[in-house]
Amino acid sequence: MADVELKQLHRRFGEVIALAGIDLDIATGEFVSLLGPSGCGKTTALRLVAGFDRPTSGRVVIDGKDVTDVPPNSRDIGMVFQAYSLFPNMTAVRNVEFGLRVRKQHRADRNRRALELLDLVGLAQAADRYPHQLSGGMQQRVALARALAIEPRLLLLDEPLSALDAKVRVQLREEIRRIQLELGITTIYVTHDQEEALSISDRVAVMSGGRIEQIGPPAEMYGSPATPFVAEFIGTMNRLTATVADDGSIDYGGLRLRVEAARGLPRGERVLCLVRPETVEVVRANGTPADGALTGEVVSNTFLGSTSRLRVADESGARTLTADISTAQGIDLVVGTKVVASFPADSPRLLSLADQPVSPVPDPDGR
Amino acid sequence: MSLAWLGVVPFLAYATAFLLLPAANVLVGAFRSNDGGYTLDNVRTLFEEPYRTAFKNSIEVSLVTALIGGLFGLLMAYSAIREGTPRWIRGALTTFSGVAANFAGIPLAFAFIATFGILGVGTQAMTALGFNPYDHGFSLFTKTGIEIVYLYFQIPLMILVIAPAIDGLRREWREAASSLGASSWQFWRYVGVPILLPSLLSAMVLLFGNAFAAYATAYGLTSGGVGLVPITIGFFLSGDVLDNPHLGQALAFGMFVVLGLMMLAYIPLQRVSSRWMK
Amino acid sequence: MTPRRRIAPSAVVWLFLGAAYFLIPLAATLLFSLRDDQTAKCCTYANYSYILHDPDFWSTIRLSFVVALETIAITVVLLVPTVYWVHLKVPRLRPLIGFLALVPFVVAPIILVVGLLDVYRGTPEWFYAQPYGFLAVVYVVLAFPFMYFSLDTGFRSIDVHTLTEASQSLGAGWPTTLWRVILPNIKAAALAGSFLTLAIVMGEFTIASLSQFNTFSVYVQYINQNKTYPAGAITMLAFGITWAAMLALLAVGRGQQAPITEGEK
Repeated sequence: MADVELKQLHRRFGEVIALAGIDLDIATGEFVSLLGPSGCGKTTALRLVAGFDRPTSGRVVIDGKDVTDVPPNSRDIGMVFQAYSLFPNMTAVRNVEFGLRVRKQHRADRNRRALELLDLVGLAQAADRYPHQLSGGMQQRVALARALAIEPRLLLLDEPLSALDAKVRVQLREEIRRIQLELGITTIYVTHDQEEALSISDRVAVMSGGRIEQIGPPAEMYGSPATPFVAEFIGTMNRLTATVADDGSIDYGGLRLRVEAARGLPRGERVLCLVRPETVEVVRANGTPADGALTGEVVSNTFLGSTSRLRVADESGARTLTADISTAQGIDLVVGTKVVASFPADSPRLLSLADQPVSPVPDPDGR
Repeated sequence: MSLAWLGVVPFLAYATAFLLLPAANVLVGAFRSNDGGYTLDNVRTLFEEPYRTAFKNSIEVSLVTALIGGLFGLLMAYSAIREGTPRWIRGALTTFSGVAANFAGIPLAFAFIATFGILGVGTQAMTALGFNPYDHGFSLFTKTGIEIVYLYFQIPLMILVIAPAIDGLRREWREAASSLGASSWQFWRYVGVPILLPSLLSAMVLLFGNAFAAYATAYGLTSGGVGLVPITIGFFLSGDVLDNPHLGQALAFGMFVVLGLMMLAYIPLQRVSSRWMK
Repeated sequence: MTPRRRIAPSAVVWLFLGAAYFLIPLAATLLFSLRDDQTAKCCTYANYSYILHDPDFWSTIRLSFVVALETIAITVVLLVPTVYWVHLKVPRLRPLIGFLALVPFVVAPIILVVGLLDVYRGTPEWFYAQPYGFLAVVYVVLAFPFMYFSLDTGFRSIDVHTLTEASQSLGAGWPTTLWRVILPNIKAAALAGSFLTLAIVMGEFTIASLSQFNTFSVYVQYINQNKTYPAGAITMLAFGITWAAMLALLAVGRGQQAPITEGEK
């Protein structure tokens, strides 16, 4: 297995800068996801590692060796594409055998290995079927088997599940992780689906505009986003633009809210207060004005299954909070109900807005 | 539902009157004799001279131009579409192919006479360099000459027909093969050519039929000097031959058989290639 | 396979050879057309002048053009409603019509003319009457595959059922629906088919000459056989006409295509 180092990778297409300097070290056997919206550069970065593209500047190092100038067919990597990568003129087993055939393995040996791998991905019985006779999910499994057949030192996956149905996606991503752990193969996984990335990776790198905004284990990315973009991209988040008041509290549009993270910060500093909806409590108002909480009414109640997402807004509508509560609790809090919404003082994170313009990012409601 | 069929009656009636009826006339007429009875004599005569040679010539010319036209058409289309080639070349090639494919016929024949005829510009240029092809047995007004001229519309037809198939070669296949360690040659050998093969074959079949049925170009070139089936049929219609119209119909019938076989090969090949290109 | 930034050398070779093969005959024709009829030397416009002053040139080109327009008209009137009807009501018949569209490739013009002249021998009278008898009627058959495939693609790219039902629910009858709703949406496909038909009719020689009608193509062949250097001029003119039809075709096509953008994910 191999470790991978991306050193100062830049890639420009004419006027467009796809990668603005990527530095990334991946340990042997690690599963790293590159996560971000379309155009962030994640696929560009992957293709540079694969060798299908050359960087404008920077190096790709695999196992201590600089492979930037090495063509893709000599890099010993396995790649799974988004779709349509199986050779249509070959059956599943012949597809899987292909890499071994190129390496001149004997027919019996490569046939055996191919069937082994098809079995690993649960498709032993489909060995003699042609790609057009397989469903999307099955095709991607065969593609995975084919990539693994050559025992590559590195596995690259470019949004392999994007083209599949939701249920198949969840099933298959868990299988991919299971196989990866079993084989201990270093893996780089590109996706725009944050749930996917968080559920199966050792580390997640969130990318935007050709740069890595933040990289870390899933829990850290979720609980401690380092920039507004990351906070916005991963999970749903309340984003309250506020200023620091004294004594560990913030001023949110005139409303005083207790926030532990505000201790020690200069008074008046503009901050973005990030609160996860699942930490927000909503109870019926009982007439008495509540201190340090948002008093208002339920503006929307969206049924999500076991949880319900409530939006609470005050009279003016300028101050809102989104809360994810259990459906059992939320079933009575219909639209129009007068409520009080609050969160524990230690749950929010604060990001300084002092040198950042406040960007009009859309409300993450319903993400 | 049964009334809905009426909607296509005008069209079917037209097709019957001006396509199917004449076709049937040829099919049946080939087996009739001058006194009104049925006979195989006309068809049998097709195997005698000069008709036998006419068929041989036609088949040879069609085969040669289908294979050569197919090969060069493929090479040119691929050259224009592959990575690295500026985009405008493809557009220019497609447009010009459309023009060239339609230029076939009388104007094309003359264009080549102007180039490689006895007084042609090309001939004169080569003579000035010391080598007059006509002194060495070459003539534009032979089978070979016809083949050279036919390529002018065969190659563009191939380009137009094969371009979508080349487009259908997904980039992912090339990259997947490369990531699995295959060289360029290995990709073409195991993946590229096998996938293109049905389209290639069906295109060449189309080219064959196209050349076989061509009349105007050959006529414009040789005024009937070279024995080809369409030319011979033309003689019958111009009243140049003995008065046995049924023989003319038999010739047409012979052509029909050849072209029909071509279609029978073409349709399944098309179906296979479209399945893979999805 | 790393993406190439520059054209492959082999591609240059093939494209260059191809360009040479295709352009040389045109250049030769041009040179011929500029040669003096008496001295066989360059350069004069006399040949073009001769052609353009030949009344037969104008009469045959007008004739062919009229035939082309008639052919296009009949084809459109016959095929547009038919293809519309098939897509809307009897999609099961699509394979049949599609098959019929391939028949003209088997019943090539040379075969077709043999059958036609026999079947319609004598009747009706206008069939063989000059100036162009049955030509337009028969050219419809030649144009049919091109027009059909063009229209079929066009109809497939619009949602025929939804448009028709929307139109009828708003109170329109069949003629209005066809004229105001359907036709504008397949205009590009119909135009493309029409320009192809134009090119085919202007260039058609086989049926015209063997049925003894004086079309433009027949005129060109006459000049080819009798006047060497003016033949160059008429050939260039014929080439120009084909070019014009193709460019018109392109212009129509471009209006309908969405721009293809290449971008990085």
